[in-house]
Amino acid sequence: MSIIKPSFKNTGFNKLCLSYCQLRSVSVDLNHDASLLIDIPDALCERDKVKFTVHTKTTLSSFQKPDFSVPRQHEDFIWLHDTLVETEDYAGLIIPPAPPKPDFDSPREKMHKLGEGEATMTKEEYTKMKQELEAEYLAVFKKTVQVHEIFLQRLSSHPVLSKDRNFQIFLEYDQDLSVRRKNAKEMFGGFFKNMVKSADEVLISGVKEVDDFFEQEKTFLLDYYSKIKDSTAKAEKMTRAHKNIADDYIHISATLNSLAADDMTANKKNLEKLSDLFEKFRKVEGRVASDQDLKLTELLRYYMRDIQAAKDLLYRRARALADYENSNKALDKARLKSKDIPQAEEHQRQCLQKFDKLSESGKKELTSFKGRRVVAFRKNFIEMAELEIKHAKNSVTLLQGCIELLKSN
Amino acid sequence: MDTTLTSDVSMKPPSDIMNDPLIEPMSSQTENKPASEPSDDFFDLTNNVSVVAAAATKSDDFVDILGSETGAQRGEVVKADVTVEATIDKSEVTAGITDPLSQQEAKQTSTAPVIDLSGDSQPVTSKIANPLVDLFSDAPPAAEAKKPSSANVDLFDDEEGSDIFAEPLQTKPAKQLQKSLFVTAGGPLQDSKPANIFSQAAASTPSVTSTVNSKSNGVHSEEEGDIFAEATVELSLDSPRNERKKEAIAKPSAPTPTSLPAAASLTKPQPPLEEEEEEEEEDKFDIFVSVKDPEKIGDGMNAYMAYKVSTQTTLPMFRNKTFTVRRRFSDFLGLYEKLSEKHGPNGFIVPPPPEKSLLGMTKVKVGKEDSSSTDFVERRRGALERYLQRVVNHPSLLQDPDVREFLEREELPRAVSTQALSGAGFLKMINKATDAVSKMTIKMNESDVWFEEKLQEVESADQQFRKLHALVESLVVHRKELSLNTASFAKSAAMLGSAEDNTALSRALSQLAEVEDKMEQLHQEQAANDTFTFAEMIADYIRLLGAVRGSFDHRMKAWQRWQDAQSMLQKKRETEAKLLWANKPDKLQLAKEEIAEWEAKVTQYERDFERVSATVRKEVIRFEREKTKNCKRQIIKYLECLLQSQQQLIKYWEAFLPEAKAIA
Repeated sequence: MSIIKPSFKNTGFNKLCLSYCQLRSVSVDLNHDASLLIDIPDALCERDKVKFTVHTKTTLSSFQKPDFSVPRQHEDFIWLHDTLVETEDYAGLIIPPAPPKPDFDSPREKMHKLGEGEATMTKEEYTKMKQELEAEYLAVFKKTVQVHEIFLQRLSSHPVLSKDRNFQIFLEYDQDLSVRRKNAKEMFGGFFKNMVKSADEVLISGVKEVDDFFEQEKTFLLDYYSKIKDSTAKAEKMTRAHKNIADDYIHISATLNSLAADDMTANKKNLEKLSDLFEKFRKVEGRVASDQDLKLTELLRYYMRDIQAAKDLLYRRARALADYENSNKALDKARLKSKDIPQAEEHQRQCLQKFDKLSESGKKELTSFKGRRVVAFRKNFIEMAELEIKHAKNSVTLLQGCIELLKSN
Repeated sequence: MDTTLTSDVSMKPPSDIMNDPLIEPMSSQTENKPASEPSDDFFDLTNNVSVVAAAATKSDDFVDILGSETGAQRGEVVKADVTVEATIDKSEVTAGITDPLSQQEAKQTSTAPVIDLSGDSQPVTSKIANPLVDLFSDAPPAAEAKKPSSANVDLFDDEEGSDIFAEPLQTKPAKQLQKSLFVTAGGPLQDSKPANIFSQAAASTPSVTSTVNSKSNGVHSEEEGDIFAEATVELSLDSPRNERKKEAIAKPSAPTPTSLPAAASLTKPQPPLEEEEEEEEEDKFDIFVSVKDPEKIGDGMNAYMAYKVSTQTTLPMFRNKTFTVRRRFSDFLGLYEKLSEKHGPNGFIVPPPPEKSLLGMTKVKVGKEDSSSTDFVERRRGALERYLQRVVNHPSLLQDPDVREFLEREELPRAVSTQALSGAGFLKMINKATDAVSKMTIKMNESDVWFEEKLQEVESADQQFRKLHALVESLVVHRKELSLNTASFAKSAAMLGSAEDNTALSRALSQLAEVEDKMEQLHQEQAANDTFTFAEMIADYIRLLGAVRGSFDHRMKAWQRWQDAQSMLQKKRETEAKLLWANKPDKLQLAKEEIAEWEAKVTQYERDFERVSATVRKEVIRFEREKTKNCKRQIIKYLECLLQSQQQLIKYWEAFLPEAKAIA
């Protein structure tokens, strides 16, 4: 259930308040552990910045209070994610994917276009288009809030990550975290790291896999990632096309309306009814589009990122494996030269230990990931099918009513 | 100045005189004739200068009277004066009356019988004319002039009396007028003559303007009464003229009280018309035409599409109950050409066929079997079918032999003029261009509110329909996009399903792919529905609205022809007046014949106009009724299609739901 009270302070969407939003587009398999409950009941959008209110309810003793709220920005979430990724201890875990940056460009651009095209539209048409855009903006906003919320909920439900110190600071520290944005050098560094990582992936792909499970997982995830990426793009396009149709309905309805206004014959009524129908239709169609977006596209998008996270885990494990292999070689070399043997042995032991640890936790993580994915897909599919049926039934009622009206006249 | 006036009497370039006398004579008049009393001026008729001056002053008066008239009309009035002045001159010469006094006497004698006549007269017109002949038996032009003019009166009587005025009404104003005339006429007898001549010219002016602007005419017709009053006294000279004048008076004065009925005369026939319509509605035309099986014949650029035209009918006018012929696209166009040529000018709305499309047809000719060319052919087929059905549904067009020939005859002579690049096509283009230009130049003073409103309605509807068409086309584009995107998503989902290692989820994904595949089908069908049922209906109406506008144009043309004829008649009358004063009996005869001829034409054209107007009105009403019916049917059809697709959609998703639930 969701109760949303948006308020547009300006005609543009510079500010947007959202209170109490809990409609979950992507369900993640969360342990419903009551010891740590996190939600984002409130968010404020100013320009590009979205300020989230992160609310925590807990019974854990590690927190000072059982109930508290802190203001957080998108950058804080990114910081949290990055620190988690960089923590060596979590190398064997699938780090929940960071929420994507709030992207209001598309509705903003549309708003701009609408302003330009204002002269060509009737006032009514313009108002409707604007309403539609505002709704779209709101939907984007909602999605943004949700995806941030889910990130935190994933962390809170994770047995290891929920104990993370940084995470707890993130939740508890009642001042602005004031994490600075990444500067250009760091941005470039991140980019460079990615490059190295991909090159490294290629390099270590030559290392022979010792475990069948991981071998399989690797092929599966690689394949699945490319497929789901494709599906996401296609689903996005499909949703957008749906949206376009809803927009067309607005214009058609408006034109029919003005046509009816000029018509002095008996045809007036027919046109009026048709206009009316299109007006109702566009609402249904718009809802179909947004529901599809929420239930299908968002799901795919989320799991695309999640799979990327899983792939990252595999990479870290593969890296560890390669390190272990290298340490084995180094040990052989050292034995051959009878030099620094204990150090090499120690290093080799450490590598093996790390690798084993990674493998063990990785296996667990991947298995749970699979279960989580299936459950999420199931839930979303069911909801989507139900919504589609609901909307279609709505349309049918509308159509039948309109046809009857026309026929009776 | 004198010389120019006297030397060339009959056809004087009016501009010359007009330019000078208006300024100069005023001064010359005051020099020569200190007594500026009008009566004095007019005594000395031989003095050209004074006459000119009088004419000039008179014309000024007249302009005052016609205060509301436009500059152009004023110019005309002045021009008329000038010619009149010339005729005065001549008449003086021919009559041989050089002494103004004797003229006056003659006039006085002439007035007496007229008064007598008016006393007893019901048939004013003819009786007034008769004594005149007696009086002026020595003046052959007047006698001769009488005949055609009385005929003329009859014509007018006919026209006016028949629909708007009761017979007595018409004669009465004339009579009353005359009576009042004689009362006043006694006094200013002297100046009656120039006044008469002048009014004679003036009378013809209103006859033109009266139809154009009945209201302003009504206003000044009262004041003109005085002038005309004097004119009647002058009956001696040109009673036939006078008759016409009275007509002229009767006309403008009639419109004053009947300026409403004049408009109403066009609205009045409406109720019976509508009744007629309803009657027509009852008898359904039992004829159905279908256009099927488009087939490409020939290769390359010479290829063309042929369609099977099947007719099903129980009408006795056809030999068989069902028959089928093969027709190519240009045959359809040829039929339209013939029909619009024959029936268009009469104000019929001839249903237009789909336009020629070089691009679409070239695609078909090149033979690409892609969806856009099949789409094009299907669209055209549907449009042709609807076009033919509209033609046969039209009660008048169905009777046309060309229609029957088109439906029945095995072989049709090839329609050549429909080719866009042929000579005939070129000619047509030029014709269209000139038409467009003349349409712009014709400034019709719409007297009928109904037509004005309808035209506006049609024009705004046309605009809206065009906009709507563009919108629906974009809807179709988006729907096709959606269908395409859905298809690619379906494929992608199937792939994802194959990659999925959870069996149940994999199954569900491939099920989803199937559902989306079906969705794609639905969207595609819906796009076709948008195109063929909705967009095409709108396209039809855009075409039909064009035809409606065409019928308005034809009405305007008929009006223009009538106006042209009227101004021509006016010119002829002026010529006659000149001739009359110039006393050229031989030419006068010809002029009278011409006048008669043009009068007949004016009547004819006016009737044509009335008839076209009535037809257009009837056709527009029919069009609107058909539109309402058709629109409704089409909308319902469209919505039912939508309904079906939504019901399908429910079924597909309901089938998917258990699959989704089965994921474990």
